[in-house]
Amino acid sequence: MRHGQKRFIFGFLFIPLLLYTVFVVLPYTSAILIAFTRWRGVSANITFNGLNNFARLAQDDLFLNALKNNAKVLLTLPTITIALALLFAALFTRGLRGQRFFRTTFFFPQVLSMAVVGVLFNFVYHPTLGILSNTFKTLGIKELATFPWLGDVVTVLPAIVFVAVWQATGFYMVLFMASMGSIPTEFYEAAKIDGAGEWAIFWKITLPLLRESLRTAVVFLMIMAMDMFVYVSFLTNETGGPGRAAQVLSSYLYQTAFRQGNFGYGTTLAVVLMMVVLVLSIIGLRAGSQETVEF
Amino acid sequence: MSTLATPTESSETARSGKRWNIGRVLTQIPIYSFLVLWAIVVIYPMAWTVISSLRTDRELMFTPWGMPTQLHFENYLRAWKDAQIGQFFVNTLIVVIPSLFLTLLLSAMVAYVLARYEFRGKQFIRYLFMGGMMFPTILAMVPLYFIMEFLHLRNTFHGLALVYVAFSFPFTVFFLYGFFRTLPRDLMEAAIIDGASHTQTFFQVMLPLAQPGLVTAAIFNFLGQWNQFILPSALMDSTGLKEGQTRSVLSQGLYYLQIKQQYTNDWSGMFAAVTIVMVPTLLVYVIFQNRIEKGLTVGALKG
Repeated sequence: MRHGQKRFIFGFLFIPLLLYTVFVVLPYTSAILIAFTRWRGVSANITFNGLNNFARLAQDDLFLNALKNNAKVLLTLPTITIALALLFAALFTRGLRGQRFFRTTFFFPQVLSMAVVGVLFNFVYHPTLGILSNTFKTLGIKELATFPWLGDVVTVLPAIVFVAVWQATGFYMVLFMASMGSIPTEFYEAAKIDGAGEWAIFWKITLPLLRESLRTAVVFLMIMAMDMFVYVSFLTNETGGPGRAAQVLSSYLYQTAFRQGNFGYGTTLAVVLMMVVLVLSIIGLRAGSQETVEF
Repeated sequence: MSTLATPTESSETARSGKRWNIGRVLTQIPIYSFLVLWAIVVIYPMAWTVISSLRTDRELMFTPWGMPTQLHFENYLRAWKDAQIGQFFVNTLIVVIPSLFLTLLLSAMVAYVLARYEFRGKQFIRYLFMGGMMFPTILAMVPLYFIMEFLHLRNTFHGLALVYVAFSFPFTVFFLYGFFRTLPRDLMEAAIIDGASHTQTFFQVMLPLAQPGLVTAAIFNFLGQWNQFILPSALMDSTGLKEGQTRSVLSQGLYYLQIKQQYTNDWSGMFAAVTIVMVPTLLVYVIFQNRIEKGLTVGALKG
């Protein structure tokens, strides 16, 4: 039975490992090295630049601006998405008439590509043809009837965050529903016998038992908040919006590397982004991992 | 639509049997209003796009909200031919069909070996594959561009397909690993005692057993690869091609169309283009709703 096992294992792993190493592991690891160079994409001209790229970050207003915008997304996107998803999941697991219809509908955006969603919302936010403007026109609110949602410094970032919420909510709703469904009904029955109201049951029983999936949701959404590349590209035509009010790290790094050809500094930005994502993930995974309830 | 038999279903029927009283109805009103509102917010942009794709630009300018007076399917013809959606569509298929096949085959091989065999370095390889899920794709783009250039794979469909395969490993290996671990061990041992080689056992016994898992993984990878935007944007352009030819895939094509749109103002053609890209994914969801919802949460819950 042992015969040929080693060869078999090697044979099965060889091609996948080769592909994975060349196209995934190598790019991620070399990104870290390139970040320490001055390199404009012409291979002969690659010079070691030490920590200079990182020192430059502190004086780069565009970087700080992008970081600030990421922080805004980081504070809003996970909170709103999780609140909505929790609400829907709680309603649907309690058994609501027509829940199948709502649940199917709410999940739709999840299967669309971010590109399609980007284009859709360019229609939604269009100042004259758009759905939003026309809604306000119909409601008789003249001031907002031709408002350029994506062309205004104040509204452009919230408008883009809303698009992300719109697309992500369905997924987290299903995630929460799955874990709510696995909570034993005896827990609820016991609480009811003890005289707990719906609200108390939700806060004291459902939410604590959702710890695991809430943590997953927070980590995924934080990673999403640090990305946002496709949404920002589509909804601002790569400009980062008026006054760069919606420029985030990922779109700034794309600009720097691929549009201006400054690959060294672009990769530095990528490494910063990677470190932020890693730190956030670790914090997210650590938080609330002390006590896991087993049932 | 598919039927769902979840535990929530039974409690639903149990509860809806309850008598409705005034207080209950009153508390239901705000709940339903909110649900209906969100449903409209979700459906309206999609529905409006499909409806508008059947109208003329003139109609759109003057009554953006109207229904089509007659169905203008020529918008689709224009999108397919003039706006090159047809070519983007074919390009996407050329990449996604082989990459989907390879993703499933190679991921299944890795997942099976990791789930069923003991060998040195196994844990390292497992974490290496799954670690890829942690990083946003955009971080790998700059070096990947040069690796592809170096291997003469940039601007080739087979190159892009291989990259899709590699980037699909983390999720697919992780998903199928869990699946292979749930399959009965006896069957595999029986096959080997009967004199089948390890390779034969995999292809003739285990792979057929893993079919449900493979189908779910296929659906996810189809959605993911069909919708991929960042990788083709970095790796595919149309340099060196004749006028009117393109290497772009669908989501990339949509992006160019949207930029061009600002000058051409072909709104109805644009709506038709978006509909063409959107509909296949919605169909896949409606057909496989059950599997998608279950599969999506498996990874997240066990992770």
